This record gives sequence, C-alpha cells and structure tokens, in this order.
Amino acid sequence: MKSGSNLEGLLEKGEFVITGELGPPKGTDVEVVKKKAAMLKGNVDAVNITDNQTAIVRMSSIATSKILIDEGLEPTMQMVARDRNRLAIMSDLFGASALGIKNMLCLSGDHQSFGNHPEAKNVFDIDSIQMIHMVKTMRDEHKVICGDEIEGDFKMFIGAASNPFADPFQYRVHRLAKKIEAGVDFIQTQCIYDMKRFKEFMKQVVDMGLHEKCKILAGITPLKSVGMARYMAANVSGIIIPEEIIDRLKGAGKEKVASEGIKITCEQIQELREIEGLSGIHLMAIEWEHKVQEIVEAAGLLPRSVL
Amino acid sequence: MIIADRKPFEEIKESVKDYNKIMVLGCETCVAICQAGGEKEAEILASELKLAFGNEGKKVEVNDEIVIRQCDDEFMSDTAFLEKVKEADVVLSIACGVGVQHSCNYFNRIITEKPIRVIPGLNTTFMGANIDVGLWEERCLGCGDCVLERTGGICPITRCAKSLLNGPCGGSSNGKCEINKDTDCAWHLIIERLEALGELERIKPVEKYKDWRPSHSGGPRRMVREDLRL
Repeated sequence: MKSGSNLEGLLEKGEFVITGELGPPKGTDVEVVKKKAAMLKGNVDAVNITDNQTAIVRMSSIATSKILIDEGLEPTMQMVARDRNRLAIMSDLFGASALGIKNMLCLSGDHQSFGNHPEAKNVFDIDSIQMIHMVKTMRDEHKVICGDEIEGDFKMFIGAASNPFADPFQYRVHRLAKKIEAGVDFIQTQCIYDMKRFKEFMKQVVDMGLHEKCKILAGITPLKSVGMARYMAANVSGIIIPEEIIDRLKGAGKEKVASEGIKITCEQIQELREIEGLSGIHLMAIEWEHKVQEIVEAAGLLPRSVL
Repeated sequence: MIIADRKPFEEIKESVKDYNKIMVLGCETCVAICQAGGEKEAEILASELKLAFGNEGKKVEVNDEIVIRQCDDEFMSDTAFLEKVKEADVVLSIACGVGVQHSCNYFNRIITEKPIRVIPGLNTTFMGANIDVGLWEERCLGCGDCVLERTGGICPITRCAKSLLNGPCGGSSNGKCEINKDTDCAWHLIIERLEALGELERIKPVEKYKDWRPSHSGGPRRMVREDLRL
C-alpha cells in the first residue's frame, strides 16, 4: 500500500468507488464543516477538501481535512500550485501526513483573477505535474526534491485532475499520460455533461492502456437549476453542457427541476458505469451535500464498504 | 523591446505640483517606438502641464528635452544638457524604469552642486513586441534560462498565465486562456506549432522543476563579461 488509505484500498480491491467534495467555509466556522461532513458520512468513500477554490479565501484544506478525520471521514486534501512554492508544499505535506491525511490531489489552481483577491501575486513555482512528481519522490525515495532524507514516514495516495473538455482535445489524453509518467495514482475528471466527448476521451485512454496505470474517477455535478447550468457553461473553465440537458431541466418546470437534475445525475452514473476504464465517480454536489445520500442511493451505490 | 505606458495625467500633475521648474525628459529608444516617451510625447506632456498649471494661475516653467538612451551614460554627458538638468527642480523622466533610475544615478554622480530629483512619468509594462498598429504583447519575462528551443519558439513562462512548463491547464478553451478571451492559450499555440513542425514528441516527457535562480527570484541580477571589462 502506498498510503494505507481507504480510497486506495477500495480501488486496489477493484470496487467502484465514489468520492465526494466539501468546500471549506469562508472563515472559522467549524460547524459548517461538521454539518456537511455528517451529510457525506457513509455515503462516499473519501471527500475532496478544496484548496481556496476559484481563488476565494477559505479555511485551509489541511485544517479542514483534519476536522474531517476527527469526524470519522477520509479526506482527499487538494493542493494548488498557485499559492505555495515548493518549500511550502513539501512542508505542508509533512504537516498533512503527520495529521493523518493519506490522500491528496495535485492541482495548478484557478488563476487568482477569478477570486476575491485579484490583486494578489501568484506563485506557480511548480506546476501540477511537477507536484505529482515531487510527492512521488517524497513517498518512494523518502527524500525531498533536493535529495535530503525525510525524517519519519511519508505516505500519500497521489491524485490529480483531468479535463477531457478543455482544448486542444486531441492533446488531453497525452497530458493525462504525462501525469501518469509523473507518478499519479488516481485521476478525477472535470464535471461531465457531454457524454459523447467523454466516451471519445475514454476510448483514447483505454487504447493507450492508461486506465491500467492509474485509477480514473469520472466527475459529476448535479444541476440544481437551469440558471446553474447556464452559469457553469458560461463561467466555469472547460465545462460543456449540451442543450438537451438544459432543455430537460427547463421542461421539468420550476417545482421539479431539482428532482430532474438528480434523475439526470443518476442516469449519468449508470451510463458511466458501462464505460470501460473507469474505477469510480467523483460526485461534486456543490452546496447540495444534503442530496448526496439520495443520489448515491438512487444510483444503487449504497451501502459503501469500509476496509 | 521594453514597452511602457504613460501614467494618468492627473497622477503626473500631482507628482510635480510642488515644483516651479520642470524638465520633461524623453528617451529616444524603446519608449519612443511604443510612442510613450519619445521626443513627441515629451513635447506633448510638457504642453499639457503648462496648460493645466496655467489654467490654475500657477506660474511654472516646463521644458522638454530628449536623449537617445537614458540607460547609457554617454548619451547624457553633454555639458549644456547637464546644465539644464541642474537648473530644474525636478526631472520628469518618461523613459522606462531602467532609464529613470539610471539617469537619476548618473545625474547625481556627475552633478555635485545639488541633489537631482528624478521621477517617473511612465509605467513600465513589459518586454514585448509590436503585434499590430497600436497593439503590443508581452513575449519575455527574462527568466534567465530560455526554454524556447523545446516549446516551438513560444514562451510558456511568459505567455501562460500560470507559467506552466507542462501545459495546457484545464482552462484552455478554443485556443484561448481562461483568464481572458483576448489572450491566446500559450500551450495551444505550442502544440499547434510543434505539430506543424512534426515535433510534438518534444513535450511528451515531463518537464522537470525549473531552476528559478537565474530569474529575479535569485535576487537582483548582475552580469559581468570579463572579455569586455577594461
């Protein structure tokens, strides 16, 4: 075992996993974290804790991850290259590991111009692929990247993101291959709505045998409203929402739009389970944590097994 | 070429309001080409200041001067010119930041009678090229360790908003960067160029951590060429 995490164990066993996501509060309110954690507990195998997502200042992903551990859930700590140089990342990883964090996600990070401090100076000392390589070096060679030995154990299950919907499309699979070469253990994709393009992407993945070199989890975000769908398509980088999905939400009417969104999500999960090369689902129910149980249950993915 | 942009007039006016004799000093190299700080711009700025202070009933003497390069001693050594610098209460330099600092340092080294005050009239923006009429774009950050050989002649350090060495990120859409639809995705350009050259294999290996020491991260930079030293 590379990390001894529940997520790693389930994936190694060949289980179809489901991971959730939790956005930390814009402040110190621990109760917000605990409330969301309670809604996710038992319904997902691990929970991504975002790291100042969309460049908006929030409680740190390390601290929030530790709160999750105390609440009996397994976190996947996200870490972005935007805010930390290599010293800070390695130092925070030691701290994270010491606090019992076993999974992480290496990301470049949304540019600060999207967030609430666009005046900030960014870092980008290393990129997400170099971050993967760095964590792997720390774990497998027991050294920081300058070559100095690490005191004590360092174990981590290394994740990263992949966006099959960004451009240039034909290069996306090669970028995934680079993440594998750098040493990634698992991948979570951007939210999938354009199933046709995703299937094309997965075909390339399978043809290149990449699914045998790392575990791939398909990203899903349930749509709560027509407005949310339109907002995401227009404002979130690399998201394509086909018109037929928007038409279905519109057709459901205001009263039933949320349940139609959940229905679509469940259908997507069923469709994804049929695709070769996928090892699970990454369910990003943004500010909709209370619906996670309903979705996972309706998708036939309960109860979750724990190792 | 160094690109610069004139500061807002009100900011310039505010910065010189306490002085009676102002010398607007243009620079005839980079900033003249990007039409921010050349001879013509020095004349215009001097006229604008005269007019603005005149309208307020303030008696101010504003002159304009031009040198070939404010970043080089030899173009500022003319005795008559230095005499005028000495007479001014303030030199409003419309060179780049290098020119402002270098002329200030030079004047204070050569003129011993009084300290010389030099202030900037431009914001130095970037090292770039003239892409079209009235359009300039950044092309080099001066990182000190050029990677262009591996990236099809397109700089990811400068032209990718995240300086990714293993791009493109997930925000690349239709060839544009996620931060601004007017900005090309550098990695999209790199992939297209390498594909056309039949060299896409070049970016398949993982590009290792960059050594930022030759960049500004290593501290203010200094270059010594022993073969040129006297």
